[in-house]
Amino acid sequence: MSLKSIYQEVILDHNRKPRNYGSLDHPTHHATGHNPLCGDRIDLDVNMLDGRIEEIVFQGESCAICKASSSMMTSAVKGKSRQEAEALIQEFRDMLVSRENKDFDHLGRLKVLAGVRDLPTRVKCAILPWHTLHAAMNSTGDATTEADGHLNKPVANNY
Amino acid sequence: MKIVDTLVTSSAQQTTVSGIGRFRADFPILDIKVDDKPLVYLDNAASSQMPQAVINCLVRYQKTQHANIHRAVHYLSNLATQEYEAARCKLQNFIGAHEDREVIFTSGTTDSINLVMHGYGRKFIQSGDEIILSELEHHSNIVPWQMLAEERGAHIRVAPINDAGELLVEEYEKLFNSRTRFVALSHVSNALGSINPIKRMIAIAHQHDVPVLIDGAQAAPHLKIDVQDLDCDFYAFSAHKMCGPTGVGILYGKAHLLESMQPFKGGGDMIVSVSFEKTTYNEIPYKFEAGTPPIAAAIGFGAAIDYLEQIGLDAIADYEHELLLYASEQIRVIPGVKIIGDCPDKVAVISFVIDGIHPHDVGTLLNQEGIAVRTGHHCAQPIMQRFNVAATSRASFSFYNTKKEIDALVAGIRSVQKVFAQ
Repeated sequence: MSLKSIYQEVILDHNRKPRNYGSLDHPTHHATGHNPLCGDRIDLDVNMLDGRIEEIVFQGESCAICKASSSMMTSAVKGKSRQEAEALIQEFRDMLVSRENKDFDHLGRLKVLAGVRDLPTRVKCAILPWHTLHAAMNSTGDATTEADGHLNKPVANNY
Repeated sequence: MKIVDTLVTSSAQQTTVSGIGRFRADFPILDIKVDDKPLVYLDNAASSQMPQAVINCLVRYQKTQHANIHRAVHYLSNLATQEYEAARCKLQNFIGAHEDREVIFTSGTTDSINLVMHGYGRKFIQSGDEIILSELEHHSNIVPWQMLAEERGAHIRVAPINDAGELLVEEYEKLFNSRTRFVALSHVSNALGSINPIKRMIAIAHQHDVPVLIDGAQAAPHLKIDVQDLDCDFYAFSAHKMCGPTGVGILYGKAHLLESMQPFKGGGDMIVSVSFEKTTYNEIPYKFEAGTPPIAAAIGFGAAIDYLEQIGLDAIADYEHELLLYASEQIRVIPGVKIIGDCPDKVAVISFVIDGIHPHDVGTLLNQEGIAVRTGHHCAQPIMQRFNVAATSRASFSFYNTKKEIDALVAGIRSVQKVFAQ
């Protein structure tokens, strides 16, 4: 995967015109995600109804990778049950950090983010919204990429 | 293409004039390729590269001189001890310290600052006392003082900067009162490159009988330092930002202050005698060098000092200033690009933001062109908040960089904008 392919049209498009961008007046679930490496910060508002994600929106300051990942994630999980969403979170995470050579074709459009795999310092940017969704559904309030010990291993964190 | 050619020619002429260009060949790593693109290394404020002379010194030491120091009576231990103490003298001369025992080897600037926080701060700073910092500090010159303040019930006061990134000395002066006990300031801002008027600021502190620690991590690689002329009480810097190895730095301290302080770490080599009833501490500097120090790295630091002095700090400062002006002029005029902290008195550091493009995307795309810059908050979040940005991209130059590399950076910034304009 060449570096060029990271910033392909679909990612730039989601960065420029993020889907489901904004906030909800009275969300049933909410979480804030932080990536201290980038300074990325996203707020995720979710309305759950009968165990399903009825409405989901995000907003925040972030890099293009994080914003595109947020935008695509909100589109992908809308209408899904909590269990389905959690499974997707796990699979998305596997796509970026797993050392196994698995086939991720079933992730569909989300596969455009697979190129981030080769940029360990950027994996956190792509995963942040997914961690945040997990935190929101479990009402833990906020998420940080630093809490995922596995993510810290391949990352040259130059603080 | 024609423009680029002209710039390359003028760069070649300039380096001949200043005579500094020839030193680039001393750095083997600068010849590597990043995905078939020549490396353009502009992250020198994070860590600089190592010349062959220092690499040779480290190899020679490990192959022929290594043993533990200050202990055994055998040949190698004597040799290693001599080399280690010779490195201390080189550092002493480099900063114009009065005595070699005023130079303590630490693991780096952060360690040096923590040494002063524990050794001086915890002994002398009490509840209700005040410590003055500046808005430009690196986290390593903020967090130790906050830890101390929290422990002691002391207070942190912060000297502000203006929009150009310059410290406001009049505002700083107003912070002093009868409870001020300590001042900790950076000589040069790591995030913006601003050179602070520390000589004046030290004199102001001394009028109030307050000692001053200077974080010189970003100054020592670029400016001639004279601790007696500055009259600072403590001065700290790291080897790896000035052509030396990682894992070593120094703390300079005035002898009478170091003597008044309690040790930071307990262990071997920092004692005169130990019994279970009482331990008598060693003299300075050894009181502060518990355990086996980074011997090889300290000796390599000495070799880096020899190397920099052979070029001359004044020549380095002149050439790097030329690079700064050249880069600033070009970056300043790119539409949509803003330099953060664009003041006249700077080392060769340019922190910038591009409209609508996050610095981490800038960094990833520049990397694609072989260009290494730092992106993020530079461990200086208060400055980022001051300028209302989450992060910046930072290009930091060394004497081994060329104008041709600055041209590559400028072209790189334009191509990043092009990708995002699609």
